[in-house]
Amino acid sequence: MRGVAKLHRKMKRSKLAGNIETAILYLILIAVSILFVIPFLWLLFGSFKEGSELFRAPFRWLPDRIQFDNYKQMFTAIPFLKYLKNTLIIVFFNIVGSTVSSSFVAYGFARLHWPLRNKIFMIVLATMVLPFQVTMIPLFIMYTNWGWIGTFLPLTVTCFFGNPFFIFLFRQFFVGLPKELTYAARVDGANEFRIYSTIIMPLAKPCITTVAIFAFMRTWNDFIGPLVFLADDDLYTLSLAAQLLRSNLDPRWHILLALGVVMVMPVLIVFFLMQKYFIQGVAMSGIKE
Amino acid sequence: MNMTRKNSIRKPMRAEKKEALTAMVFIAPWVVGFLVFTLYPILSSLYYSMTNYNVLNPPSFIGFENYINLLKDKVYLKSLTNTLYMIVIGGTITIIVSLIVSIIMDNRKLRGISLFRVFFFMPTLVPTVIACVLWIWMLQPTTGVVNTLLGYLGITGPGWIASPTWSKPAMILMMIWACGNIIIVNMAGLQDIPQSMYESASIDGANFFQKVRTITIPLLRPVILYNSVTLIINILQWFAEPLIMTEGGPDSSTLFYSLYLYQNAFQFFKMGYASAMAWIMLIIALALIIFLLKFLKFGESE
Repeated sequence: MRGVAKLHRKMKRSKLAGNIETAILYLILIAVSILFVIPFLWLLFGSFKEGSELFRAPFRWLPDRIQFDNYKQMFTAIPFLKYLKNTLIIVFFNIVGSTVSSSFVAYGFARLHWPLRNKIFMIVLATMVLPFQVTMIPLFIMYTNWGWIGTFLPLTVTCFFGNPFFIFLFRQFFVGLPKELTYAARVDGANEFRIYSTIIMPLAKPCITTVAIFAFMRTWNDFIGPLVFLADDDLYTLSLAAQLLRSNLDPRWHILLALGVVMVMPVLIVFFLMQKYFIQGVAMSGIKE
Repeated sequence: MNMTRKNSIRKPMRAEKKEALTAMVFIAPWVVGFLVFTLYPILSSLYYSMTNYNVLNPPSFIGFENYINLLKDKVYLKSLTNTLYMIVIGGTITIIVSLIVSIIMDNRKLRGISLFRVFFFMPTLVPTVIACVLWIWMLQPTTGVVNTLLGYLGITGPGWIASPTWSKPAMILMMIWACGNIIIVNMAGLQDIPQSMYESASIDGANFFQKVRTITIPLLRPVILYNSVTLIINILQWFAEPLIMTEGGPDSSTLFYSLYLYQNAFQFFKMGYASAMAWIMLIIALALIIFLLKFLKFGESE
């Protein structure tokens, strides 16, 4: 009896301790996430502030009044629509090129057997983390010789040769599809290209979505690629436009903040709509298969 | 009888060969891309690294002079130590913070985790240039949000990116802010740890910290290692942030490896010199990649 009572007391105490523990964990999470979200709120509030309001001390969180002048001025301070169009052109080619070429290559690594396959796939994985700076200078020289600098070609053509990370994502997905799926088609004499395009690809929609989202995000956010290869300011992307505004002698910060909101919004919207695909893609990048 | 047996042996062999040939067609785009846009540039970079080359005149061969000069270049050594600072101090703090956050979020008793996950992941979605603009303002000494928040706690914040001592810690703050990817990878790894292990440890009377130390950390080691190596490679590439925010200043305190490489190549037009820097970087990165592939047996099984 005494033993039971003791156990009961112990359980009660551990339940209380458990509740306190849970409360502390929540407090930590809330505190940290507030710190993570504050910059977003600051950006949003800042985009409504007038230029002089930004520099005023002491700091105030909210703008004096909600006004959209910064957003209107954005269209005149920089050729916004032209830069948006340039960005979208590059994004479009990257989405199409990456999904088509990477899935095609991945099929060869996932559904077909050949000698040295795993060794070669190691090279694909190694190039996934290869720093851009390593190839940046020779690529610049090569593109200069080809007359590609000052065109979209360096930022669009390369994505038609398969991106290592996307090949990896497609391969993981294809490996997971059951063998029986293609067996019947093979017996019927369908060739591998037919199987790839009519059986495998229609099933790969989730993976295609993940890759398309990543291709969009990487290209939309890319800074160093356009900076090095797009010498012509007619071809600038929104990222370069932001840097252009920033590096002015008198940066018009209030316009820059409005441009910031405009650039962050599409990515956040895609993220909220397609969260599952995002998280899966990122989580997979760390899974060693 | 004999004929059919012969056929059944020969047929798979022919099919095998055909399959391998078909596979070559499938991987051809990657092979071409790899040769033209990766392997050839890497090899030609080795040649450029042994030349004096300013793009306008043809490269002239000078042997290992660039490499020798790099070792004597005080600015280069400064960029190396700055980068090392970010790797050792910034990298460690980022890995620890993201571990703490992920371990807390792995607690099955907590609800609303998906919402917190959104908050932590959001910063990774912000375009680099905008993140930089944002943090230039967040870190303003008098009107910045960071020092305002510190002021609420009664702390007078430093000058951050305006101060040579505080500019690197300022960039570490940015790095931690963008650690959402690491958290997601950690959480995927944590989910693979069987819940029963924690339960049996609880029955043995282990508290939260003991469980983390004896179960979570050892089992999560491959994931932590993967995150660390990719983070180091990312820090080696840390470039846009110092370029946009500080241009390497004040007093070269944020002049990192990749920024100095970029400046040499595209501001001073010392392509050969910058290529030598790129090759040293390649060797460091390759050593890390090989270590990772060997240690994790990444991609070896089916």
